[in-house]
Amino acid sequence: MDDADPRADLAAAGADASAGPMPTARPDPSAPHVPSLDDSPCARHASSRHHDPDGPPLERKVRHDIWVLGLAVGVFGASFGVLATTAGLTVAQACAMSVLVFTGASQFAVVGVIGSGGSLGSALGSALLLAARNAAYGVALAPTVARRSLGRRLLAAQLVIDESTAMAMAQRGRRAREQALWTTGAAVFVCWNVATALGAVAGDAIGDPEALGLDAAFPAGFVALAVPHVRTRAGRVAALGGVLIALVLIPLAPAGVPIVAAALAVLPAVLFAAPPSALRAPRPPTDPGHDAAAEPGGGS
Amino acid sequence: MSWWAIVGLGAAAYALKATGLVIVGARAVEGRMLRLAALLPAALLPALVVVNTFAGDRRLVLDARAVGLAVAVVATWRRAPFVVVVTAAAVATALARAAG
Repeated sequence: MDDADPRADLAAAGADASAGPMPTARPDPSAPHVPSLDDSPCARHASSRHHDPDGPPLERKVRHDIWVLGLAVGVFGASFGVLATTAGLTVAQACAMSVLVFTGASQFAVVGVIGSGGSLGSALGSALLLAARNAAYGVALAPTVARRSLGRRLLAAQLVIDESTAMAMAQRGRRAREQALWTTGAAVFVCWNVATALGAVAGDAIGDPEALGLDAAFPAGFVALAVPHVRTRAGRVAALGGVLIALVLIPLAPAGVPIVAAALAVLPAVLFAAPPSALRAPRPPTDPGHDAAAEPGGGS
Repeated sequence: MSWWAIVGLGAAAYALKATGLVIVGARAVEGRMLRLAALLPAALLPALVVVNTFAGDRRLVLDARAVGLAVAVVATWRRAPFVVVVTAAAVATALARAAG
């Protein structure tokens, strides 16, 4: 797995990695270095297309993978809808929470604590602890959207969640990262909210989400999402540290604390295991052939 | 659960996201903080997996969810498509629950 093409692994996280060597014969929009009229209406975005520093655009295959991810997230969204109404929320409240809070682990924590008879205070406390990691994700994603207007960055902020961060930070180059952030954020937002509504309305018909094993879908999806991030030594150290911290703290600390504390695992990863080059991207290009194919004008 | 709690939680969750992306992130353009932040998914995704699989009520538990996780890890290792990973884990967990 170590010497694999980063994109093949990403694809494994999103969809069929064995789609074969058949190249999609679409014309590369960044290939011609002549600005086209099509670009002018959104010149601010298009202007970056003709420079290399931003890297290639998001591959179409990754876009496809992202929507598959969105559909899978819909499975957890439906189980959230069911659990929320079971815990006593109205359908409208369940839907409002998915739109406004829009961070799955926190939402599950709230309805989990409320559903098991816990206090509102501990429900909200756990949810906020879990949501704190989105602030750190935001720091990681900030350079990706730094040149956008304030309004656009404020809009992007709502989309800063595990899935969009994981997909964006797995890409190489600013442009692909930004496209992955918006696409994943949009796909998950749409699927998560539609599924919440369906689950909340049809809760009785769906039955017990746990009997269907739906609670296992969330960690399973995150296993696949983590793959591109554990390709470097630093990533593996961080992952191992995060797992150990979480395991130790589960019996000792209230819900939410183990996750927040697991973020500390990035410290040993940076101190002991990270050559600077490993941190810019999951892996620098090693295959000159595929790199040439990714460069604008490089052969297509 | 009251509407105030939902709206308040939504506002707080959004404030956390925006603080990172718009306020702190804009100042930490390069350097060590960014290197740390870039490793967060590597640390947090596996931690979320562990908590969602092995956490009980303030204790570690080994139940049907562990079966689902094992299936997910094997399926991911075998480079199964995402949908297959998620579906196989859910089915395995459901079967383990039905059996146990």
